[in-house]
Amino acid sequence: MNENTQDNSQLNVSDEVTIRIENMNKWYGNFHVLKDINLEVNRGERIVVCGPSGSGKSTLIRCLNRLEEHQAGHIYVDNIELTNNLKNIDAIRREVGMCFQHFNLFPHLTVLENCTLAPIWVKKMSKKDATEAAMHFLERVKIPEQANKFPGQLSGGQQQRVAIARSLCMSPKIMLFDEPTSALDPEMIKEVLDTMVELAHEGMTMICVTHEMGFAKTVANRVIFMDQGQIIEQNEPNEFFDNPQHERTQLFLSQIIDH
Amino acid sequence: MSNKNPNKMGVVNLLPLPELAPPGNTVGAVGWMKNNLFSSPLNSILTLLGLALLYILIPPVLNWTMFDAVWSGGSEACKANPDAACWTFAGEWWEFFIYGFYDKTQRWRVDLVLWALYVWVAFIIPENESRATRPTSTILGFVIAGLSVLFISMAIKHNIPTMWLLIGAMVVIGTVLWAWGLKNGRSRVGIIVLVLFPIIAYFLLGGGTLGLSVVNTNDWGGFLLTLVIAITGIVASLPLGVLLALGRRSEMPVLRMVSTLFIEFWRGVPLITVLFMASFMLPLFMSKGVTIDQLLRALIGVALFSSAYMAEVIRGGLQAIPKGQYEGAQSLGLSFWKMMGLIVMPQALKIVIPGIVSTFIGLFKDTTLVLIIGLLDFLNSVQTATTNPEWSIKSVPYTGYVLVALVFWVHCYGMAWYSRHLENKLDTGHKR
Repeated sequence: MNENTQDNSQLNVSDEVTIRIENMNKWYGNFHVLKDINLEVNRGERIVVCGPSGSGKSTLIRCLNRLEEHQAGHIYVDNIELTNNLKNIDAIRREVGMCFQHFNLFPHLTVLENCTLAPIWVKKMSKKDATEAAMHFLERVKIPEQANKFPGQLSGGQQQRVAIARSLCMSPKIMLFDEPTSALDPEMIKEVLDTMVELAHEGMTMICVTHEMGFAKTVANRVIFMDQGQIIEQNEPNEFFDNPQHERTQLFLSQIIDH
Repeated sequence: MSNKNPNKMGVVNLLPLPELAPPGNTVGAVGWMKNNLFSSPLNSILTLLGLALLYILIPPVLNWTMFDAVWSGGSEACKANPDAACWTFAGEWWEFFIYGFYDKTQRWRVDLVLWALYVWVAFIIPENESRATRPTSTILGFVIAGLSVLFISMAIKHNIPTMWLLIGAMVVIGTVLWAWGLKNGRSRVGIIVLVLFPIIAYFLLGGGTLGLSVVNTNDWGGFLLTLVIAITGIVASLPLGVLLALGRRSEMPVLRMVSTLFIEFWRGVPLITVLFMASFMLPLFMSKGVTIDQLLRALIGVALFSSAYMAEVIRGGLQAIPKGQYEGAQSLGLSFWKMMGLIVMPQALKIVIPGIVSTFIGLFKDTTLVLIIGLLDFLNSVQTATTNPEWSIKSVPYTGYVLVALVFWVHCYGMAWYSRHLENKLDTGHKR
């Protein structure tokens, strides 16, 4: 994938800030999971978050659409502050799509119904329009022929692509990926990554928690390294991989790249 | 092209191996018997013993219930033959068993309700692909057709203008719903009727509107009463159970505590106590002049009682839904009620169909307990009839209980069968 590295610079990043996190802290009971997080994401940025397990990277992006609640600090998504206000939460969830490690497709609905459910019930689209949009996105992730199957009948890679299409059907401005390839067989990782690369080329703002360093090098314009609930280091991918500053980052990179 | 050297390196099989038939004696009737009936000396002995037992038991049972039984001729014939079933007893009393003391001139209203009920039941059973359902739907089709003919012939006999108006209305509504259902899915119509039916049945059976005379609930009886109690319990307990289950899992402490208290109270008290209190103690606490219909009190007791059980069954289903389903729904912006109604509940209810139907079946049979407060349900009406001096014959109570068992079994097995069918239909082959 390295030959694509130059693509990075061609992708436009606007100056407009779309996510702003200020002094954010989170605890699970007495356990301090996220410590004083400050982060700004511009529209069109592709950010890869990496770090050892338990470092708080999943928790961080799950705070962005309020699957987890933060206890101190501020999070603004698209200039809406995330608070206990249900209206704000709903508004933000409509702007932010998310893909999970275990896909979280709805097993009792067909692939097509998985994709049309939220547009129909949340955006009040007509069934016809929602179906059209869903088929459009299923074609983009290259599985329109599976539309009437149930998720249980698909392979893991196909399921994850359905999950991506399902999120896209809500026309989100930001996409969050929480280890989207960690539960997949090696042969299927590529088809999901290809879909994500395409998405990046279309200018989608993306925040990905992933261990796919090839993906980070290909499409990310910033890599963030977290450990013990803190952002330790962030940099452009080339700089990050070739010249890591913090010794914790160096250790982490040496461990994941050596095999 | 199979490989003879197990340690050979390189390509092992050049061509795909052909599929072979399984060895003989493992398939077919002989294979089945060999595997299941005569697989060991002990099993062979047990098989033979079982056959001997059947040989001893079956002929007397068949003789008593069918070959020696009295099928006609009234009580005199049964007195002459007291050692076999007295089916003519059921023949003489069947109207009492179905309607109780319901006004004889108004019984067509009950017929109309029962007829609508069974047509609805036939409707929600789809003309299914599976082999198991087809003969059953056919049998049910014949039953419905028979009931319809019986019903229409009765209607012609009575010939009351209001009745014809109502029948016309029911047929029109039924046809519209049926056509709409074929287009939009049977289950949706099934649910609409489930809501409409009790309301229509209430006005039809009770009367007082549309020029129908009032039939006091004290006169309702027989199988009609059993169905009224059972269906009220079933229809009320499911939504109440869903709400209670959600309440018990709520993050709001007060709601959770109230739901838990409610569930544990009703689960901890015997149904007979509930019925007894509702029937005899409740009036003591109420101010003078306020009276609640006795049947209504029993209905409320049964509904609350069964909703507590239902809540726990549904809670079991909710606990089986992985957290990821909630998160997937939330990330798409679904509100709490949409998430529950569209994503979580459909899956949870599907998982606990066996438990739900078990509760329904239990409830259906528990309705017989209302005889403790003097309501004349199916069992009580049969028992009452057996005490009639003209029918004080040895075989009559036996026949009565066999009849009750048979009728209950048919209905309970129907529910069990439908639940199995529903499970197959809703199975989308998802493992996670």
